[in-house]
Amino acid sequence: MSVDLEEPRSVPARSASTPVKPRRRRMAPRDRVFTVVAQTILSLWALVVLLPLLWTVFSSFKSSGGILSSPFAMPEEWNFDNFVTAWTEAGIGRFFGNTVLVVGAALVLVMLLGAMCAYVLARYEFPGRQVLYYGLIAGLTFPLFLAVVPLFFIMESLYIRGTYIGLILAYVGFALPFTVFFLYAFFRQLPEEIAEAAAIDGAGDFRTFFQVMLPMAGPGMASVTIFNFLGLWNQFLIPIVLNTDRDKYVLAQGLANMQAQQGYDSDWGAMFASVTITIVPVLIVYLIFQRQLQGGIGPGTDK
Amino acid sequence: MAVVPTTAPPESVPRSRGRRARITPARVLFFALFLGLPMLIYVVFVVSPFVQAFYYSLTDWRGLARAPQFIGLDNYITLFHDDVFRRALRNNMIFMIVLPTVTITLAFILAILVTVGGDSRGTIRGIRGATIFRVVSFFPYVIPAVVVGILFAFIYSPNGGLLNGLLNLVGLDIHIAWLGDRRFALAAIVAAVVWSLVGFYMVLFVAAIKSIPSEVVEAARIDGAGRFRLSVAVILPMVRENVSTAAVYMGIMALDMFVYINVMTPNGGLGKSTEVVSRYLYQTAFSDSRFGLASAMGVVMALITMLMAVIVLFGTRQKGER
Repeated sequence: MSVDLEEPRSVPARSASTPVKPRRRRMAPRDRVFTVVAQTILSLWALVVLLPLLWTVFSSFKSSGGILSSPFAMPEEWNFDNFVTAWTEAGIGRFFGNTVLVVGAALVLVMLLGAMCAYVLARYEFPGRQVLYYGLIAGLTFPLFLAVVPLFFIMESLYIRGTYIGLILAYVGFALPFTVFFLYAFFRQLPEEIAEAAAIDGAGDFRTFFQVMLPMAGPGMASVTIFNFLGLWNQFLIPIVLNTDRDKYVLAQGLANMQAQQGYDSDWGAMFASVTITIVPVLIVYLIFQRQLQGGIGPGTDK
Repeated sequence: MAVVPTTAPPESVPRSRGRRARITPARVLFFALFLGLPMLIYVVFVVSPFVQAFYYSLTDWRGLARAPQFIGLDNYITLFHDDVFRRALRNNMIFMIVLPTVTITLAFILAILVTVGGDSRGTIRGIRGATIFRVVSFFPYVIPAVVVGILFAFIYSPNGGLLNGLLNLVGLDIHIAWLGDRRFALAAIVAAVVWSLVGFYMVLFVAAIKSIPSEVVEAARIDGAGRFRLSVAVILPMVRENVSTAAVYMGIMALDMFVYINVMTPNGGLGKSTEVVSRYLYQTAFSDSRFGLASAMGVVMALITMLMAVIVLFGTRQKGER
């Protein structure tokens, strides 16, 4: 498995056989029929994806009564009351801040430590290297919920349960295998000549890594960062086990808690607004970075 | 996020001439920081909990009050006489089979439509608007699972929910509590999870299909393969490794499902109809304080997970080629 940086737009074989950009030819009738059918099915699926999202966004502007009585009507007025309620009274603002803090810190740490660890494992030969590598990879296959009970007591005995530090360290630990696994492949691909050149120029291990190798792994770092961000932003089990203080709740926890307390017939408007607040920033981040994500991580067949 | 390693084992580093052997204080510091620090965190917060869980599963541990007593395999025996656990396990198994099957089928079809649509001559060029379809389909993947759960709890709601609303629009006057009905609850949850996953696997498959050498596709077309044969007989085998990776990914997820169940059907649904092991484990540990028993559940699921991964990865690797 490897990480493809961009969609393989220029497969070597293709550029060799058609050196000139092919002109658009008229399609055969059968092709056109198939294309229309394909377009229709794909559009239907796009609708299935978009409808719930649009419904959520529109509903977040309505009153609870309006949501229940006329679910498909457009909001009568663009009313931001629900957002204010959600952000302040329901505590979404606070949870949002907590999440940014915890995920941000964990992301920086895990990318740094993961890159360092992957670099050493990929480019230095020493006894026990394979054992460490496989030991790390094994962490990917174990179910997280097996670990949470002991993890709870480990945090307890280190006096960091229910603190931001404890949560961040747990995030780092559990994101580490994924990070090392993918960055390992990147560091192995980097040409040795450059590291040698750096060594000849007198750069030590630290400088070679930070000033030469790490910048060269930039594209890989970007993809892994995005996937780690999504993974950590989504994390639910670790926080509900370790992070039981309501003031320190992360967004996922706060939302689930809010939903559990609301039942079916209370403030739907605020709930929809909270969901919108959670979804929209992530969607915007995704739209900005979607180039890196498209074709993102997958087993490469071209090597 | 769990990933199944499919790379070959790391061969020994072939290069690093003259960079080894010299052990200087700077290099010791370098290794301590670069390898020691991450490994320390990994061992303390990941490895040791897993190891401890195996030990706890053999004890009657109920929390800090009393030292745990070693009771051998009693927890495991208790588990397999526990109706709720068996039902939870059965539900996980259903998810493990249904989720990957439905998701992969749908994702593969959509990926085929995006790539094989358009001109049938020459290389795979893709359908017009392919980028838009791909970008839109990927949306649900970036939405946190908790939010997917909440969103679908709304959609399935008996009053004012989107699904009943849509059915009413087309003239069906029904008021079903989709998640509160034993007949529909599991299927409703599957649909929600499939909704959130299909886009990701579609994008994965599109990338794999695009990296198939164009000669192969052209040769098949010259030989007269239609789109269907091309997809099933040529493309599918060539993206087989992606399919099996996807199956393992989702299998691991299906053996968890904690977030979805916890949000959509708290307490495991009506009559435990949607209970899964992870949620039952959480309750057993943190509500009932039966940590030993909960750990035994985790161990059972870990073993099943590994077994599943091994079967899928090796099962698909041995067929055909080489």
